Amino acid sequence: MIVQIVFALVSLVLLASAVTVVSARNPVHAVLFLILAFVSASVLFLLAGAEFLAFILAIVYVGAVAVLFLFVVMMLDVDFAALKEGFQRYAPVGALVGIVLFGELGLVALTWHSVSGAEIAIAYPMPAGTTNAVALGSLLYTAYLPLFQLSGVILLVAMIGAIVLTHRDRPRAKRQSLGRQHARMPAETLHIVKAELGAGAAIPSAKTQKETL
Amino acid sequence: MISISPFLPALTLGLGGMLLLVLGVSARRVALQAANGGAMLVLLCAAAATLAAPDGVLFNGLLKTTLFTRFADTLIYIGAFAALVLSFDFNRKEGIGRFEYPVLVLFAVLGMVVMVSANDLMSLYVGFELQSLALYIAAALARDSLRSTEAGLKYFVLGALASGLLLYGISLTYGFTGTTSFPAIAGLLGGAVPTGALVGLTFVVVGLAFKISAAPFHMWTPDVYEGAPTSVSALFGTAPKAAAFALFLSVLTGPFGPLLKEWQPLIVILAVLSMALGAIAAIVQTNIKRLLAYSSIGHMGYALIGFAAGTAAGYQASLIYVALYVVMSAGAFACVIAFRRNGRAVETIADLAGLAAERPGLALGLAIFMWAMAGIPPLSGFFGKLYVFLAAIDAGLLPLAIIGVLTSVIGAFYYLRVIKVMYFDAGQPGFDRASPGVNFIIGLGAVVTVLFIAAPSPLISAASAAARALMG
Repeated sequence: MIVQIVFALVSLVLLASAVTVVSARNPVHAVLFLILAFVSASVLFLLAGAEFLAFILAIVYVGAVAVLFLFVVMMLDVDFAALKEGFQRYAPVGALVGIVLFGELGLVALTWHSVSGAEIAIAYPMPAGTTNAVALGSLLYTAYLPLFQLSGVILLVAMIGAIVLTHRDRPRAKRQSLGRQHARMPAETLHIVKAELGAGAAIPSAKTQKETL
Repeated sequence: MISISPFLPALTLGLGGMLLLVLGVSARRVALQAANGGAMLVLLCAAAATLAAPDGVLFNGLLKTTLFTRFADTLIYIGAFAALVLSFDFNRKEGIGRFEYPVLVLFAVLGMVVMVSANDLMSLYVGFELQSLALYIAAALARDSLRSTEAGLKYFVLGALASGLLLYGISLTYGFTGTTSFPAIAGLLGGAVPTGALVGLTFVVVGLAFKISAAPFHMWTPDVYEGAPTSVSALFGTAPKAAAFALFLSVLTGPFGPLLKEWQPLIVILAVLSMALGAIAAIVQTNIKRLLAYSSIGHMGYALIGFAAGTAAGYQASLIYVALYVVMSAGAFACVIAFRRNGRAVETIADLAGLAAERPGLALGLAIFMWAMAGIPPLSGFFGKLYVFLAAIDAGLLPLAIIGVLTSVIGAFYYLRVIKVMYFDAGQPGFDRASPGVNFIIGLGAVVTVLFIAAPSPLISAASAAARALMG
């Protein structure tokens, strides 16, 4: 009974905050409601008995992604009014597509049944007597190891992409060159001039400096 | 004890890519040449490993290699190799000669190889995302050009949408059957199929149709082909098309094989719309890259005809068509790369006027590819169309074949217009000489296109073996 009440409450909060994310005028508020939506979703995962996914959602999405969004919203000068321009114009089309999709979803949900034998076919049923994390980990690092590695390659490609698209080499930037610094001898940079009393010393020009070296 | 050799090509590509990345970062001065040469070498090694690999099911059924996957892999290697040869000189001249590009191409090829040999919905999706992500970056490679950035962003946003639709379909399929393994799904999908599984199938088809840019999921193609650097468009027009088409075939005949009656109408609709759009929308184009983009949409429509037939002969015809298209497309893009006036790339069709008088070889090359794409005998494109039409008629899809013939007649107009502009319009002189690599690709492509009639049997028998392997 308590589970049902919590489920109903949390789902309501999730739906309401999701609507607010889209409709909020202030982008900072939108991101904050996004965080609330993530947290509610992670509570739903907990209710479904998927504690590992619940914590991953909280850590990755709330801890990293949403905070990143907050940074973007607050640090970058994004003109949100311009981004929302045309919202009114495109809203009917968007609503139509949404209604059609929603109808399809309802159709699927109403007539839904799994094939007989799906229960037996389940590739990896949840083993009894272990936690989510153990079960997922033992699958990820055995049966799905190649895919796990390939996901790593996807992340590598994303990293290459971020560098290729944004990194700029500044040839005129002044950088410390340790090698050159260490290899330098005093004679290359110091020029000792004997100054005569009363006459002073003429500063040698670049050309004569080279000759004396 | 499982044998690793069927996985050797993928290992070669992945490790080769990482090695080149390290090399490029540590040896900056020779990075570009080393990465280009190295990437070609890695592709050759992977191709050798693919051809030598035996059939096998790998990693608990995640991947499966057969004659079909080897056929598709070979096409992918050919396309990627040609695109790398074309990119070398072009990228340097355009100021985008970065060693990361060949590395990204290698990773994209790795993704394609994985998705073609996928035997599980999970490996399908991982391979699909790997190649897509690498290609999004490639499209935006000329980051200082507004058009290229726009192309990359458009491709990324629409690609993410398509990938979401694909995932939605995959999750419905998984919900219906309780498994992601291809053979297990095929075993469970028979008899009365509920709406849920059909909606899942439809979403999978939509996600994959986006990748082969079949109408009505083609919207990104002209903008991306036009905006991306031409060397990258040359890649888009070859390897990913072949890979996505092969994946489309293997998914619909594999796990969704029992639903042939359900997906056949979808493929027929895709084919008709693509052919019609490819023929009609291309007529008004003035930019040759946009023209080739619409032409690629049309060609995917013709290739889908054989697919829609749903028979071994149809699949064979489709594979032959895609193989011939990869060669024609690589050649046509090589010609576009070769068009430069006074060091600047030329992209409008009107600018090609007078080409035949100044660079007869180049004009002849493009004329051959245009003739072949229009499907005029005795060039290879004619036979590609002939096989798919025959397969469709055999399968009782006569109206589809008739529409195909009609649209290819309409389409011939704009291909022939390009030839007319090159040969009969007076224009300014001042075309630059193309680099040897580009000339090599044009020459090789033209020879294959012209001489296919003399020795069609190797390709036909390879495609036939691949189609039989596909049918299981």
